[in-house]
Parts: sequence; C-alpha cells; structure tokens
Amino acid sequence: MGETVRRADAVPKVTGEFAYASDLHAEGMLWGHTLRSPHTHARIVELDISQALAMPGVHAVLTHADVPGKKTYGLDFDDQPVLAIDRVRYLGEPVALVAAEHPEQARRAAERIRVEYEPLEPVVDAERATQQEPLHAENPTAGHGFRDDPRPNVVRSIVIRHGDPDTEGEVSVSGVYELGLQDQAFLGPESGLAVPDGEGGVDVYVATQWIHVDRDQVAPCLGLEPEQVRIHLSGVGGAFGGREDLSMQIHGALLALHTSRPVKIVYSREESFVGHVHRHPAKIWAEHRATKAGRLVCVRVRILLDGGAYASSSTAVTANAACFACGPYRVDNALIESTCVYTNNPPCGAMRGFGAVQGCFAHEAQMDKLAAELGIDPVELRMLNALEPGDTLPTGQRVTGSFPVAEVIRRAAELPVPEAEELPRDPIRLPGGAGNTTRGQGIRRGVGFAVGFKNVCYSEGFDDACSAGVRLWRDAGGELAAEVRCAAAEVGQGVNDVILQVARTELGTENVALAPASSRGVGSSGSASASRLTWMAAGAVRLACGDALAELEAGRAEVDLERTYHHPRTTPLDPETGQVTGEKAHVAFVCAAMRVVAEVDVELGLTRVVWIGTAQDVGRALNPRAVHGQIEGGIAQGLGLALMEEIQTRDGLITNASFTDYLIPTALDMPPVDAELVEVEEPDAPYGAKGVGEPPTVVSTAAVVSALRAASGRELTRVPVRPDELAGLG
Amino acid sequence: MKVSLTVNGERREADVWEGESLLFALREGLGLPGSKNACEQGECGSCSVLLDGALVCSCLVLAAQAEGHDVVTVEGFAEDGRLHPVQEAFAEAGAVQCGFCTPGLIVATADLLARNPAPGDDEIREALAGNLCRCTGYAKIFDAVRLAAARRA
Repeated sequence: MGETVRRADAVPKVTGEFAYASDLHAEGMLWGHTLRSPHTHARIVELDISQALAMPGVHAVLTHADVPGKKTYGLDFDDQPVLAIDRVRYLGEPVALVAAEHPEQARRAAERIRVEYEPLEPVVDAERATQQEPLHAENPTAGHGFRDDPRPNVVRSIVIRHGDPDTEGEVSVSGVYELGLQDQAFLGPESGLAVPDGEGGVDVYVATQWIHVDRDQVAPCLGLEPEQVRIHLSGVGGAFGGREDLSMQIHGALLALHTSRPVKIVYSREESFVGHVHRHPAKIWAEHRATKAGRLVCVRVRILLDGGAYASSSTAVTANAACFACGPYRVDNALIESTCVYTNNPPCGAMRGFGAVQGCFAHEAQMDKLAAELGIDPVELRMLNALEPGDTLPTGQRVTGSFPVAEVIRRAAELPVPEAEELPRDPIRLPGGAGNTTRGQGIRRGVGFAVGFKNVCYSEGFDDACSAGVRLWRDAGGELAAEVRCAAAEVGQGVNDVILQVARTELGTENVALAPASSRGVGSSGSASASRLTWMAAGAVRLACGDALAELEAGRAEVDLERTYHHPRTTPLDPETGQVTGEKAHVAFVCAAMRVVAEVDVELGLTRVVWIGTAQDVGRALNPRAVHGQIEGGIAQGLGLALMEEIQTRDGLITNASFTDYLIPTALDMPPVDAELVEVEEPDAPYGAKGVGEPPTVVSTAAVVSALRAASGRELTRVPVRPDELAGLG
Repeated sequence: MKVSLTVNGERREADVWEGESLLFALREGLGLPGSKNACEQGECGSCSVLLDGALVCSCLVLAAQAEGHDVVTVEGFAEDGRLHPVQEAFAEAGAVQCGFCTPGLIVATADLLARNPAPGDDEIREALAGNLCRCTGYAKIFDAVRLAAARRA
C-alpha cells in the first residue's frame, strides 16, 4: 500500500487482447442501430416502419410502442423517453431501433423509417429559457426537496445566503464569465452486447460507470424484475462522467428480447457526440469585495447552467457549482445563486469536475483581477484567503479533516519555472506549432496561477455506499487464497488495482483474484464518479477482508461474505438558505494549486502551453504512479477546455460532431507536468486516501487561462479562448 | 466479395462488403479486435496497423485495397507469449489507463523506433501527434517511448 503497482490489465491492454464493449461477439448476433431525431425540437406526427421492416437482413424495427414497461427513464429523474413518444427535445434523441444481420443493413433500414416531424420553436438560449414554454409539461425535478422555483424550465435553482451579503468592501471587482459545451470525448464509443437468456431475461455486457443503477433503470422499462436483468462490465474505453447515463443498454436489451438473438450496438463517433451527456455550458456573474489588505469580505455570484433537454444529474451539478463558487477561500458574507435550465440543447450531466470546473474558472479570474486591482501578488492574495480546517464554508459547513489549501498553494508556487526559450527555434515549439508563419516576433510569455477544490464522494444526504464480497480459503498447501467481488467500474482510472492492493494488504497474501464486475453476485458499488471509488471501494474491501479473515481464523474451512461500507452521513442543504441542515453536506474536500507558463503569439492569436506545475492534495497516494497519471490526464482535459474543446451548436444542432472538428489535446499540445503530491491523511477515509481524478481538471482550465491573460494582457472571459480574442479582434 | 491477405504472417481470407474498411474486416471478419474503432475517419490513430510495413489508419483503407497485401496488427507484436519491447515499455511505464488508444500507439511507436531508434522529445511528440489519448495526458506514453528506445540501444 502506497507503492506503485503495475496495472493488472496492462498486459492484455498492450497485446490487444483486452475485450472492450465494442469488441464483443456472440454466435448468431445481430447489429442494432438507433434512428435519431434530426431536429432539436419537434412533434412527431407520424412514424411508419413498414418499409424498413421489409429491408434485407432486418429482424426487428422497434418504436416507443414496443417498450413493454416504463416508457421513460433517467439517472435521477425519469424524464427521458426510451424512444421518443410524440415529441423530440434534442438533436439525436432516439426515435426507433433496428436489428439486422449487418450494421450497414441496419443503418440503411433505419433510413427507410418514415418519420413526419412538425418542427417546434426550440429553446436554445439559457438566459431566455425561464420565459419560454416549458419543455416538460410537469417539472420532473419538482417535489424532491429542492427550492421551490415557479419559473418554467428550471431544473433546479439554489440560493446560498451566508452572513450579510450586502457587506461592502474597500475595493470590488466584477466580471462575467462563460464556458462552452465540453465533451468527455472518451475514445471507446458507447457499445454493448445484449444476450437474451431464453427465460425472458437478458444479460447486457456494456461499458458503463454504475452497473446497479443501469440495472435499476433498464429492468422497469423492459417490464422485468431486477434479477432478470444482469449488467456486466465489459472493457471501458474511458468514461469521465459520460457513461453515468444509459446509452445502448435498454435499446440493446429490447432488440435482443424481441429477436431472441444477441444484439450488439456500437455507436459511431458522430453518434457518440449525441449519445451521452456533456459538461454544462455556463455563464457566471461574479463580484468580489475585499479590504485594501486583500481580505475577501463578501462574494456575490450568479451561475446559469444549460442543462439541455433532460435532467440527468443536473440537480447535483447545480448544487456543486454553488457550493464551490467562491473557491477554497474564507468568505464570511456571500450570496450565491445557481440555476440550471432545460433547453433543447444537447443534454448535460456528469463530467469530471462536476460543477466545480465552471466556478473555478470564474473565481480564479476574479482573484487575479482583485490582485491586479490591489497591487498584491496573486499567489500571496490566495494564500492570505486560503481556507483551513476549522473555517466555515458559505454553506455554514465547518471544514474538518484533511484540507491543506495553503500547503498546495505554497508547494505549487515554489516549483521552479523553466527559463524563457530563445528564438529562432524549431517551428513545432512555436505557439500554434508548425502552423505558425512568423519568426516569433509576436510571442509573449506569461505565468498563471490557480487554486480550486471540490467534494469527494456523494453529498447532500445521499446514502453513499459500496459493497464488496470475499471468498477466502486455504489452498492445498495451506496458503490463504481469496476471490474478491466488487461491482466497481474499472474505467481506466485503476480502481481494480486499488481493490487488489487493499485485499492483498488486509489478507496478507498475494493470492487474490478479482472477479469480473457484474450486478450478479454482489451489491452496488455506487458509481465510478465524484472521485469516490478509491475511498469507497477501499472501505468495502477492507471491511469484507477483515471480517472474512476473522471468520477463517475462528476455524472455518472457507468463508464467503459480503459487506457494505458507508462513509459518514451527510445532510441536505436548507432549500431556502442553502445552509447545512446537519454537520456536513459534503463528506470531505480535495484541493489543488497549479502554476502554468504559456506563450501567446499576440499577432496570430496562437498559444503554446510551455509547462505546468501542480501540487495536489491526495490524502494519501495508494498507487503513486496511477495518481500521477490521473493528474496528468486530468490536466489535459482542463487544458482542452481552455484552448480548443467546444461542441459548437447552431439552434441546438451540433456542427462539429467528429474528431476532425472537435479538437482534443494531442501529444504536441501537452506540456511537461511537474506534479507534487501533498499527503495529509483524511481521518474519515480508509488509509487516509482521497480521490484524485477531478482536482486537476477543476484547476487547469483556470490556470491555463490565467497564464494566457498574463501573456496577452487580454481579459479572456470565455473558454475555450479563441485566437481572435488573443489577437485583440474578439 | 472475398479478399485474401496476409495478417500477422498468416494467409487469411475474409468475406467483406464493398464499402467495408480494413478495420471492420480485421475486427469483425478476422477475429482481430485489437485495432480500435474510436473515430473511424483517420483522426485518432486507434486503428493504426502496418500495411506492407507502412503505418496506416486501417479505418481509411478499404478491406478490398488490402487484397494481396501484408498487414501487421497489434496482435502480431508479441512472440511466443513474450511481449514486444514496446509493449513491455508501455505496461511498465504506466502508459496505459483505459487502454483504448494503446494498440494504435504500440504500432505507431514501433514504427517510429524502426525509423529513428533514438528519437528526441520533439520527434516523439510529432510522431505520436496522430494518436489521440484521452486519459494519460501523454506524459507516461513519452516515458514508455523513451524506455523502449533506451532498451533497444
């Protein structure tokens, strides 16, 4: 524990043997295809499948009429039709399904499905959504203990009122910030294989993040009992929040049960862009009031999130955006309003950083602005206001446990910055790379800094739990042997290695195998999200191993047991004041600080991130190289949002649904990263370890843009930053 | 239509549809799903294979174009159960997370090191710029390439 281990799946992944969801094959399988809406908002007047059914190789064409159970589903609220009923609310909404012998036959048959649409006025401007016709006749999220908000199209609104929000400061800075629509852009497209069991049930092998909640959404729509639907994790090609919601699970199962054949569905890249929820685009209005010495006295923030057509996890994102809107700073007086609205834009939900990314971009821009206004060093200003254990958050929650904000700031600020690079140089080292046509005369260099934080595990009273099972015995030679069962989704982050490390440590034997993750044979692990699985899976496996070992030592020949771990309880926020109703709304926090050196060619508006240094609070690093991998990869996603990543829409229609037009950082875009792990063990967490996946993504967008501002002298209030803004043309 | 080609040293025949890519034929017709289907338009490099020794995106090659040619996929790199040095380096350096980009990167790295046994950092970055990775931020991938190069030396 605490030593780097080689991934258990490293060898099958480098040889090509590792089976991802899109690699699966079953004898006699058919291919499924989804017909999707070409409209952002339309009424379905007529749906005729007769021609499609007559196409060669076609075994089934299904519509909403063929959904035997519940017609709608959803991660938190069942507001999304399995197949559109009489209306479509976003581009790409599933309308009908085809199963055929060959995927091309399925695609061609889908083209023969005749759908007559009557286009409706789309709601595409989040700022106007609350004055437009409601997209959902009855608000799906009403009556769940949230603040009562009578405006149309409000998914959730939250107000946090803390101290006296009218407190004036000696100085004040204001800004309006915007973030575009970011895609998880995992490389493995949504895929799965559904296999009928011959007894009315179905097994679904799929790339997902939360096996049991998939099952609990799939079974009612099929009209089946939960035990009749088994979800099995197949190889996952990245997730980042985008696989929390269902993709092909119900559709594949419907086709498989209808045809009595295994059915495989693999999304294309274009389809993937409409096949999962995205990060919420946001607009944030912020005002920071401070003393002349730089102490924050009052922060006022208004956040508007575009949730798209369906709720997904938007209510939790709305709360997170509010809770972390002020950053990891002491703020005694605050007014924070966060609202998420329904629109006909692409649906949004979970993505790495989950509401904290948006707020961090705004609060860190504000801190830089305040530092400039006061003539104080930006790092010093942050240090002066850094939260520490014992302080109170704007929600009234007192910070306890491990939360080394000042330490991460200090360590990141101390990292040595590389020296400025001479000209001329190889063109690939210029801003914009080999595409830069200058001699570099317009290059300016800047150093940026940012700090951010977010919660670990689920919050607001959710009963966050994880189960694990252990079968323990002595083999022929008298050595201990074990098999561990856990439904935790290995999505690339390395949770399987943590599980094996814990089991081997607790049982004192290397002879431990991990069973494939499945909804059969073990209880829910909860989701691979919220930086929670290291904490939760370690807790569950440790508990199960400890009890199994005790029972074996009591004289049993073989033990097989399952245990469920819960983290300390949280409580909801008061719907009116946004204040905690118990001790804590979040169980614990993680923070990170980052220093970035960037070059901007101010004539061409091109950028080059030269170097990134970061210090991150990890509690305790259980598998240090995997922690560094999470930090480097998380930074890349935040850098992408800062510089290049945005799903472009026109009236809700996506115009860049490909990797040709939606750009993610390449090997040439990523700078070297120096990462320091700050280890202050979290007392409530097993082994003191906190999740590490999200903080780098939360902070890097803000830190990269801070460096671009320093280099260009421009305000840069919107990400991704566009070349024309950097060149002063925006 | 039938195509016949050499894959990982073996003569193989596949029944393909006219519009089918080499990638689809490898994955679905020949039982070699190691080459990956991430973008299917030549942007991400996940489907990289060697075609007569040249690095190509197999999603951009028609299966029919491979008739009579020689294809090496990631499945052809390990010999007698022993990992290829590039595979060994990727596993050892922590260059693998979700691993979906890994097969393409193994093929692209082997191609780079065959052309340039001791690449500099910029040469590594440029050579691998056509292989997208969404998990690692590339740092450990560069470590793996340097490790594989050092071991060849």
